[in-house]
Amino acid sequence: MIKNVDAIVIGGGPAGMAAALSLKNNGIEKVLIAEREDFLGGILLQCIHNGFGLHRFKEELTGPEYAERYIDFLKSTDVEVLLKTCAIDIVSTGKKKKVYLMSESSGLIEVNAKVVILAMGCRERNRGNIAIPGSRPAGVMTAGLAQKLVNRYGYMPGKEIVILGSGDIGLIMARRMTWEGAKVKAVIELQSYPGGLNRNIVQCLNDYNIPLYLSHTITNIYGNERIRAVDVAPINEFREPLKENTFNITCDALLLSVGLIPENELSSNAGVCLDKVTGGPLVDSNLMTSISGIFACGNVLHVHDLVDWASEEAEDCGKSAGEYFKTAIVQAKGIPVKAGHLVRYALPSTLEPGKPGLISLRTIAPAENAAIIVKAGDSVLYKKTHKKIFPSEMQRIKIDTVPENADAIHVYFE
Amino acid sequence: MKNDFQVIIIGCGVVGAAIARELSKFKIKIAVLEKEADVSFGTSKANSGIIHGGFHSLQGSLKAKFVVPGNRKYDRLCEELEFPFERRGELMVAFDEDELRILQIYYKRGLDNKVPYMEILGRERVLEMEPNLSPDILGALYAPTAGIICPYEYCFALIGNARENGAELLLNQKVSWIGKNNNSRFVVETEAGNSFTADCIVNAAGLYADEIAQHMRITDFKIVPRKGEEYLLDRRVGTLIKRVVFPCPSSNSKGMLVIPTIDGPVMVGPTAIDTENKTDYSTTREGLKEVFQQAQRMVPGVRISDIITSFVGLRPAAVGNDGDFIIGKTDVQGFINAAGIQSPGLTASPAIAEHIREVITKEGVKMELKSNFDPHRKTVCTKIRHLLEKRDFEQYGKIVDKNKAYSKLVCRCENVTEAEIIAAIRDGHTTLDGIKFATRAGTGRCQAGFCTSRVMEIIHRETGIPFDKITKKGKGSEIAPYPIKKGNGN
Repeated sequence: MIKNVDAIVIGGGPAGMAAALSLKNNGIEKVLIAEREDFLGGILLQCIHNGFGLHRFKEELTGPEYAERYIDFLKSTDVEVLLKTCAIDIVSTGKKKKVYLMSESSGLIEVNAKVVILAMGCRERNRGNIAIPGSRPAGVMTAGLAQKLVNRYGYMPGKEIVILGSGDIGLIMARRMTWEGAKVKAVIELQSYPGGLNRNIVQCLNDYNIPLYLSHTITNIYGNERIRAVDVAPINEFREPLKENTFNITCDALLLSVGLIPENELSSNAGVCLDKVTGGPLVDSNLMTSISGIFACGNVLHVHDLVDWASEEAEDCGKSAGEYFKTAIVQAKGIPVKAGHLVRYALPSTLEPGKPGLISLRTIAPAENAAIIVKAGDSVLYKKTHKKIFPSEMQRIKIDTVPENADAIHVYFE
Repeated sequence: MKNDFQVIIIGCGVVGAAIARELSKFKIKIAVLEKEADVSFGTSKANSGIIHGGFHSLQGSLKAKFVVPGNRKYDRLCEELEFPFERRGELMVAFDEDELRILQIYYKRGLDNKVPYMEILGRERVLEMEPNLSPDILGALYAPTAGIICPYEYCFALIGNARENGAELLLNQKVSWIGKNNNSRFVVETEAGNSFTADCIVNAAGLYADEIAQHMRITDFKIVPRKGEEYLLDRRVGTLIKRVVFPCPSSNSKGMLVIPTIDGPVMVGPTAIDTENKTDYSTTREGLKEVFQQAQRMVPGVRISDIITSFVGLRPAAVGNDGDFIIGKTDVQGFINAAGIQSPGLTASPAIAEHIREVITKEGVKMELKSNFDPHRKTVCTKIRHLLEKRDFEQYGKIVDKNKAYSKLVCRCENVTEAEIIAAIRDGHTTLDGIKFATRAGTGRCQAGFCTSRVMEIIHRETGIPFDKITKKGKGSEIAPYPIKKGNGN
């Protein structure tokens, strides 16, 4: 089957839905969303806790509720949604884009589009990525998989839980497992500071007296069929475990919450250039990738801590993709954005002179009384001092006007 | 009688499966008893997948006797059974003058073993063939007949074809007792409560071959596991090397290798440490360090950050036998060993199987060729990932039009569809690991984070196994063992 559309959005999670809506709102007629699951909503569907939507809707919603809002918005439009449909390849030749979809109901679909928006989200880092020594029993899984098993299927992976990594999903799952009657014995974090948002440390660990071991790691996993224990050790400044202080915790499940990786196999097969730090595509101020007409937003671009920001970014993305469609803007001639002192990454990689700009950034390490500074040459475009700043909290900085003739825009902490 | 056989093979790793397939050519009733929930779940699943050229083994040993003939049989096996096999060649590399002399020793060994087409190559030739090797290399011994396969795919293909030709495979049958009855026939009992009779027993029990032999009071060998840690790197690393690369060997192993796998990603390892514990499948910090130090010396582009998974294999090394294979008849009439089969056991397995068949004949089992033996596998499932790699979407579309289940990508890292999962389940693989080995679902970079629950759904639907009883690798390894009852929470 061959389909001709104006724009195709790959992925029907929060970013994809918001991007499709925004395309419509910006006057694009034929918009298609390809979603491989049975429902729209992406990872939100298994996030049954609340705390979503405080910025977008000024209320506290659960994940499925947040998703439902966007599903309802979409229903009032003529955006075509293909469920159970997986994008398998993107081929870009000049201005033409061809996306190959495999659909359960229609088989192979060849989609011709002028605009492609990547919104495939991210995946979890796993045990192999961090090479935890020990045996390979059942019961060791990512926190997201555990969340899916508990919230969508109604089955618990264990009763005595240890969690490695203090990413937000791990923290949320500590509380969730406790509610279902499991004993969460420890959360182990390699860094000297938590990986997740402070509100989750308070609401998910402290409120349930779950101990958080900072600067610790797991040095061994025991058990043949099922995991029965782990060894935990504090680490020194070279991240080497201190053998003499190792202690053992018995458990029947180990959940890993050790980071997320944007899922860009499709993008890189298409020839999109990726950023080594974020794992997402390199984009200009229009969120356009290195290939004209291919845009990216949400967690496929860089991992967000709040869905609200993913939606907002996707709206911006839909808007600029709409502009591209109508006026065929070329790759914005941009001023490079350079990440400086304490900045892990700053996105986008270029900003367009004479226009307003939005920079997303994260710190490398926690800092106190640190000022975020954005500078072009000698002129300071932005400066704000934060009492405390954490890598878990993404900063989004608005620049009123990007100067016309700067060589570079420097983003750093002072 | 249902549980009565001429030959019972104990153990269904590559050796047991190869023997079963060889024997299935004859008009005899055979059964393979496997203690695990699936075949290839012991030593075979962690095998490096190398079909050796054969220059490592010392002349006069059984290893040397079977390695080259075994290697030669792979072209035909691969053609008949449709498992992927490529003769990539292997290189043993030397870094100094001493090692260059060692290459000569192995070249001589290779000649003794009749390894064909070997060459000793100078530095430039080696680097031309493998540009990602260390520039510090001085030369290499090259055996172009060496190849790579996927060990469990090979095992599945063998046992699959053996079953198509009448062999019986019985899983979850851990042998608890073997004796002889009044008619001098073997009686085998299993922990599952089954009892079998046979004229002949082939002991292919891998790590446990010594314990199986002890039932017949055969105590002249002991199996001491030699542990090996291996690390699999992301596809992204690409094919850093095309051929298998060895260092000059140490006394108890072939050293740490850099191994291209048939599916693309590069593997590094294995370590070699003797252990008393037959269930010690744990990787270690030290092992990781050792593997990468040695591998990086040969191929500097190999990086720890590219690891997607690691695993341990236990080689069933026989003690009291110079580490050689223990193959052939024993003092007990009809009890035949295929034991102590460590490297190059995978390579040797087809030749070992033929040899065992001869031994069985000599032990008095009447062997008559079947006229209807079919050497080709009937049920080879189309693998979509090959089509996607080639971007042959048209062909893919046609396959989907015939079977809708091919349209559902269950594992997106390795491009495995629901149709392939279903085929594996219907082929007898009902654990997550078994399905992983049969289809590759879950072997990719996300390591089953995404497909686990989907595969569980399909297992449940196809087999009726309750969701909470679905396991990773057999009883005791349930993935999500506790259903949440209403009102269970606090």
